[in-house]
Formats: sequence, structure tokens, C-alpha cells
Amino acid sequence: MLKKKRNLVALSILLLLTIATITADVWLPVSPGFIDAAQRLLPPSGTFWFGTDHFGRDVFALTVVAARVSLTVGFTVAVLATILGTITGLIAGYYKKADFIIMRVIDGMLAFPSLLLALALVAALGGSVTNIIIALTFSFWPVMTRIVRSAVLQINSVQYIEAAKTSGVSDPVVISKYVLPNVLSPIIVQGTFIFAKAILAEAALSFLGVGVDPSTPTWGNMLQESQIYISIAPWISIFPGLAIVVTVLALNMLGDGLRDSFDPHARKNKKRKQHFVKTKIAS
Amino acid sequence: MLEIKNLKTYIDTENGTVKAVDDVSFQIKAGETICIVGESGSGKSVLAHSIMQLNPSPPAFHPEGEILFEGKNLLDVSEKELRRVRGNEISMIFQDPMSSLNPVFRVGDQLIEAIRSHEKVSKKAAKKRALELLTDVGIPDPERRLHDYPHQFSGGMRQRVLIAIALAGRPKVLIADEPTTALDVTIQAQILELMRSIQKKYGTAIILITHDLGVVAQIADRVLVMYSGRIVEKGSVSDIFYRSTMPYTWSLLRSLPRIDSDASNRLIPIQGQPSNLIDRPKGCHFQPRCPFATKACLEIDPSLTERGEGHWAACILSEEEFFNKKQEFEVNAQKGAVK
Amino acid sequence: MLQYTIRRLLSIIPVMLVVSIIVFMIVHLTPGNPAYLILGEDSSAEAVQQLEEQLGLDQPIVVQFFDWVTNVFKGDLGESVYSSEPVLSIILDRIGPTFSVMLISMIFTLVIAIPIAIFVVWKRQTVLDPLFISASLLGASIPEFWFAMLLVLGLGVSIPIFPVAGYIPIAEGFLLWLHHLILPAFVLATVEIGLISRMLRDGMLEAVNQDYTKTARAKGIKESVVLMKHVFANALIPTTTVIGVTIAGLLGGTVIIETIFTIPGIGQLLIDSIHRRDYPVIQGVVLFIAVIYVVINLLVDLLYGLLDPRIRYD
Repeated sequence: MLKKKRNLVALSILLLLTIATITADVWLPVSPGFIDAAQRLLPPSGTFWFGTDHFGRDVFALTVVAARVSLTVGFTVAVLATILGTITGLIAGYYKKADFIIMRVIDGMLAFPSLLLALALVAALGGSVTNIIIALTFSFWPVMTRIVRSAVLQINSVQYIEAAKTSGVSDPVVISKYVLPNVLSPIIVQGTFIFAKAILAEAALSFLGVGVDPSTPTWGNMLQESQIYISIAPWISIFPGLAIVVTVLALNMLGDGLRDSFDPHARKNKKRKQHFVKTKIAS
Repeated sequence: MLEIKNLKTYIDTENGTVKAVDDVSFQIKAGETICIVGESGSGKSVLAHSIMQLNPSPPAFHPEGEILFEGKNLLDVSEKELRRVRGNEISMIFQDPMSSLNPVFRVGDQLIEAIRSHEKVSKKAAKKRALELLTDVGIPDPERRLHDYPHQFSGGMRQRVLIAIALAGRPKVLIADEPTTALDVTIQAQILELMRSIQKKYGTAIILITHDLGVVAQIADRVLVMYSGRIVEKGSVSDIFYRSTMPYTWSLLRSLPRIDSDASNRLIPIQGQPSNLIDRPKGCHFQPRCPFATKACLEIDPSLTERGEGHWAACILSEEEFFNKKQEFEVNAQKGAVK
Repeated sequence: MLQYTIRRLLSIIPVMLVVSIIVFMIVHLTPGNPAYLILGEDSSAEAVQQLEEQLGLDQPIVVQFFDWVTNVFKGDLGESVYSSEPVLSIILDRIGPTFSVMLISMIFTLVIAIPIAIFVVWKRQTVLDPLFISASLLGASIPEFWFAMLLVLGLGVSIPIFPVAGYIPIAEGFLLWLHHLILPAFVLATVEIGLISRMLRDGMLEAVNQDYTKTARAKGIKESVVLMKHVFANALIPTTTVIGVTIAGLLGGTVIIETIFTIPGIGQLLIDSIHRRDYPVIQGVVLFIAVIYVVINLLVDLLYGLLDPRIRYD
């Protein structure tokens, strides 16, 4: 019960943030780009909840708007990495011959710490939002491939899959109808974690000055700019950072919660309960 | 020697409190073999683990009642005292020999650990005793096997090693939780034979948990039948096999293949699922699955009543009523078979 | 074990092939002529041509790749476009600070994470466990560069106990060296502590209810012995792999930490080279880190084999 509540809280935070950032132009009292030199580096107050930055811009408005890029990058990377990872993982797990080649490539890609691979790729491609999405997708999908592959290998030896195979059902049908639904839960869990990791990685790249163009507000860019003012105006650094923590934490909680609810141990109890209901009806 | 009085083991889970063992009492004398039978989920394994307080945690287990060993209640004694009893007075072997030995330590070291945990003996003396024990349980070439790791043993051999570990402290009671379930049939017979010879040699009392009535017939002195966390019938082997007056026991026996059965006596599985231990049926717990259930069974939760010397059963039907219902059922079954 | 070792050694070959292809491709993924990119848009045609020849860009790509790999095997990673020094010597000049930070972080991580995990498993029936789970989730959600900024703000600036920038080689004094490393190493370790203690806790919690633990308890030995000996020994085997994961995390994190604490290691070198578009150095650093990572994982796997009798006696 408690876990369900936790999942719900995490999901609400994410939805709220998404809606807030999409509709920001409508409800924000101050435009995030509005520069007022007279109101530079003001601490948090009733008017400026998160204070103002060195241009006199509202940090709250900037933080809300910056969520757009961060969430877009995170979500797109999660979706792309999940699709690529699932396809390669399914192929590797299902076909022995392809397995060898795919897994050697994956092993090679996993030989780079993921942030390093992303850095190298951004260095080569240049730092636009699209290139960052490409670079991060490339760094995160090998993990998904591994997870899907091992899940497929486990399910592959289960009897009903064997039965389907020997009774002449074609491979694409076996994969899509029998294998995929059974490996869906680790995919969803890992996808959620990739979402979280991609947000952190995008922020790190921007912070290092090799990410999204500095004029676009992202949490990483805001933190990069705020660095010099940290001792005189710490709020410019604190709030965008907190925004990252809250978003990533919500995603991690969701992933952890989903993993728990997909856990076979937890499921067993539920099954028992269902059986009982059936016998009750039967009697 | 060992007496269980009103033992209740409740487990806290997310879905509610599981009453895994619900008011169970019995006793065992030296040299005696008691078998506890029941389907999976009947609470028999939790009962066995409760005696030595070896239930896994999490979840949280709350045993209540009394477990009297030589007059002391094991639920009240200190952690230290309990440790002295474990392995030294009461020992336990488990269902799956493949996973019950620690894979990263040598078999000899695990056996010697058991010996030295209760006797302050030198390593050399402990090794000598380990060799004796391995010989006792029928492990060939024990000197060499001491240095092997568990994965180098077969399932049957591992169960022998585990029995040796259990015997290391010369216990008075040996609890065996489905010790043969994970083994091949031929190995099963060997392990049972080994347990019997050990009992003869040391006078150990044995509590054997099983769902295999064949095993019961081979080895038991007395039998406890468990259902839904309770004992629903207890008595001697012949009480249970030939004079049972409890529909659940009878159904269990009906579901067994028999050499003398003909076509009209087909195997009859017990209908439905074992009762849910969180949200249990009203009245008699077996009532939803019972072929003889009446309206009264929905109301009354029967307690154990004496049916003969040392033979107790929990059913509202009298012996005569039960016999009549049984006959009626068999006649109907035969009719069905003819059709 | 011999067979296992040989198999594991052979598995490096395809991995290194893929690694070298990826590193090689860094230059060739750049849109347009890499020489232009390096020199800038308004460079002269002669300069571009000269650089192309220097980098071998006028050759077919397969030839370039084999030339490059051959040179790498000879220890020749090319020359920096920026300083014209050999890349290998630039990297070797910079690894001291990086290894120092990683070493101290590794010590922090293991010394803190292992006791935490054992303690949490020991008290698994109390509120400590859910608290620990929440804390480790939170730890995994904090960007390390932000955490570093706050520490610099909180500890470095307002309470100046530890220096917030710079690096002093160990040759100039052990304590001075350590003093400058405490803060960056601690920040680098925090994320890893959350990760590793969680992995250890999961591993031990799985072992704690295994049948062999029950057997050990049934012998009547102390719970502390059961945990420290039987449970920990088994949880340790999968944990060796965790060390590999940690090192990957530290290698990635060091790039960020070195930038914030201005430590002149290979991480800072990488970032500077990216800003300078100094591709030979970028390639060199990325390759260097990947090789270190592969070698460490190899050692960890061999250690795994040594610890697990099921592999050792296979």
C-alpha cells in the first residue's frame, strides 16, 4: 500500500512539472527572459520566489522554463534508448548467431563510462539538442540491450515458448506475442532509470560547457552560469539544482516502485488472493 | 521430551497478517517418529521452523504459546540459551540440499564449524569426529571428501552431509523439513533408511514434515494432519490410513494412486485451492472444498475431539455420519464411472 | 580456472576492437572537414591541406584506421594540434592527479559503504532499512557537480578547513597532497557510496534468507558470525563486480570533479581539449580511460573466479 502511494506521489510530481513547464507562458507572472538591471541578485522573496540572477531575471521563471529542454532530452533519450535496446536485446536473446556479434559490440560500448562516451560524441558532433540526444541515446542503450537480452534468455527456456516454437509459430510472432510481453517489466523499469540518468547527464554536459547552447535555459546551463555568484547569491545555484534533484528522485522512486510491484514475490501473494476469490465463488 | 502447547505463529505481510500456525499442540517422546502432513501452504513448514525459531526475516514472525523442551519454554529463553539448544539438543535439515550448504566453504569446514560450535575440542579432534560422522551417514572416501566444495557433491550426498551436520551436536530431536522432496525416488528411499538407522543407533526423536503419504506409511509412529495452519487430525499410522474420520485426510488419501485400484476407483484430486491464511473461510476452514459439507459447517469451526485412543479429529460429523457419507459418495462415484 | 582465465583474456580482443573503432570514429563523425573544424572557418587552404596530411585525412578511411591502430600499438597516439606535444606524454603528465583523486575516493567509498550495508542488513527489521533505501535513492538523484558546488559554498568558503581548488603532488608532502584531495574525493565518493552500499545490501539481504544461512543458524552459531562469515562471504562475490562499476563511475565523475576543483588531471585535459577541438588529445584520453576500464574489469573478473570455488575448480 505504502509503495503504491509512493509511486503515485512520484508520478504526480512528474505530471505537475510537465504541465507547468508546457503551459508556463500562460501562467508565469514574469517572462523568464525579462531583464531588469535594477533588480539584480535579489534574494528569494514574495515577488521572486527563487530570487533573481545577475541580469535581474526571475530564477523561478527560468527554472520552470528550463524544465522543457531537460525533460524533452531525458524523455526522448529514454524512449529511443528503450526502443533500440529492446530491439537489439530481443534479437541477441533470441538468435544465437546474432547474439555473439551484438554482445561484442555492446561490451565494447560499455567499456566507456557513459558520461565519457557522451562527451566524446558531443565533442565530435557539436552541442545541439539533437546531437545531445543522439550522444546520450548512444551511451545508454547498451545497458538496455543487456537487460532485455538476459530477460529473453530466461524466458526462452520456459516451456510455453518452446511449445510455441516447436509448433511452427513464426519467429516474429513468438517474439512479439510471447517473448516481449514477458520481458516488458524490466524494460519499463530500466527505461525509467534511463530517463533519470539522461537528465543528470544532460545537466552535467551543459554544466561542463559542452552541452546545449548556453543561451538556451536548461538546468545545467543555469548552474554553469551561477557558479561565479555562488558565494554572494547562492539561490541562483540552489534552486535549479533542487529542481534536478526532485525530478530525478521522482523518476528513481518510480523506477524502484515499479520494480517492486513487478517483483514475482509480491505477485505471488496477489495470485493467492485471486485463487481464494475464485474458490469462494465456486463454493 | 519436546512439547508444543498452543503454538501460534503469525506473520506480518503487506496484505495482512498470515496465521501460518494457529493454535497447534503436540508432543514427542525420545526415539519416536512423528510425521506432519499437509498440502503446501498448510503451515507445516512454518511450524517446523518455529520450533527452532529459524523462520526467515523479513517478514516479521510472531510465535506465541509454548515450546517446552525438557521443561524450558524456548520462546522465553535468552538468545544464548537458544543457540545452545540449536544443533546441540534440536537439529534441523531442510528441503533443498542443493542450496543448504554454503557454496563458498569446504564441506569439511562447514561440518567442523557445527562440531566446534558446541564442543570445545581441538581442530584435530573435530576433524576426526567429522570423519566419523561422514562415515556414519554413508559418504564414501570421507577423508578426501572433507576437502571438497558443495558443488562437487550430488543432491543425495549433500543431504547426507547435511544430516551429518545436524548430528554433529548429538541432538535429541531431529526436525526434517521435506528432506526427500528434492531428490530422486531411489535416493529418497536411501535417505529415509539412513534416518531410520540413525534413530535406532542414537535414539533420536524425529519430526518429519512431508506431503508424501508414502513416506508417512514407511517411517511414522504417529501422524499429524495439518490444514490451514491447524492440526485437523492426529493419531497412529493405522488410525490415519484406515480409520480416518476427517474428510480432509480422507480426500488426501483418495488423491493417492494405489496398486489395488481399478477403473472405478480413479484418482480424485481435492477440489479448489488450500485456504487463504489471511482471510480464512467462515466456520470450518475446509468447508469450501469439503465434499460432505453441510450448512452447519458454515457456522461451526470444529475443534479436535477424541475418536479413539490417541486418535483425534476436527469435524462436526460423528464417526457414523462420516461413514455413511463416504459410502454414499463412493456409490455415486461408481455410478459416474459406469456412465 | 585456467580455462576461465584464457576465455576471459580472449574476450578482450573483440572489446578492444570495438573500442578502437569508436575512438577512431570520433574525428570522422564531425560534420564537414575535420581539418577545417580544428583550424577554424577562415583558415588558408594550404594550412588545411598540411593538417590533413599530418592527420592522414587524405587516405582512404580503412587505411587510416589501420595506420592509427598500428601507431597506437607502438605507443604513438599522435600529436596535440594545440601544443604539438606527443599525446601520450601529455596524458602521462596528467594521470597523477586523476589517479590520486580516484584512489582516495575508492578508499572513502569502500570504508563507508561496506559497514553501512552490514549494519543495515543486521538491523533489517527496523525502520533503518526503508530509511536507507530512501537515502540511497536520494544519493543517486543528486548531480555530483551541484553537490560539489554546495560543498564548496558550505565547507570551502564559509568554513575554510579544506582547500576548494588546486592539486599538490605527493612529492611535495603527503599531508598537503591529502588535504587538497579530501573534498573532491569525498564528493566523488558520495554517489558511489549510495550505489555500492545499496548493491551490497541487496546481495546480503538475498543471502540472509538463503537455505545455507538457515543451516548455519541451525548449528547454533552466533548471528554476528552468521552475518560476517556466511552472508558476507557470499555477498562479496557479486560485489567484486561492483568494484568494476565503481571505477567506471569514478572515471566518469572525475571529469566533472576536476573541472570544479581545478585539478589538472586527464578529466580537465579532456574538457579543455574539447573546447580547443584538439581531436588527437580527445581520442587519446578517451582511449586511455577505456583501456584502464577494460583492464580493471578483467582483473575484477579474475578475482571473482578466485573467490568463487564453483569457478576456481571448474
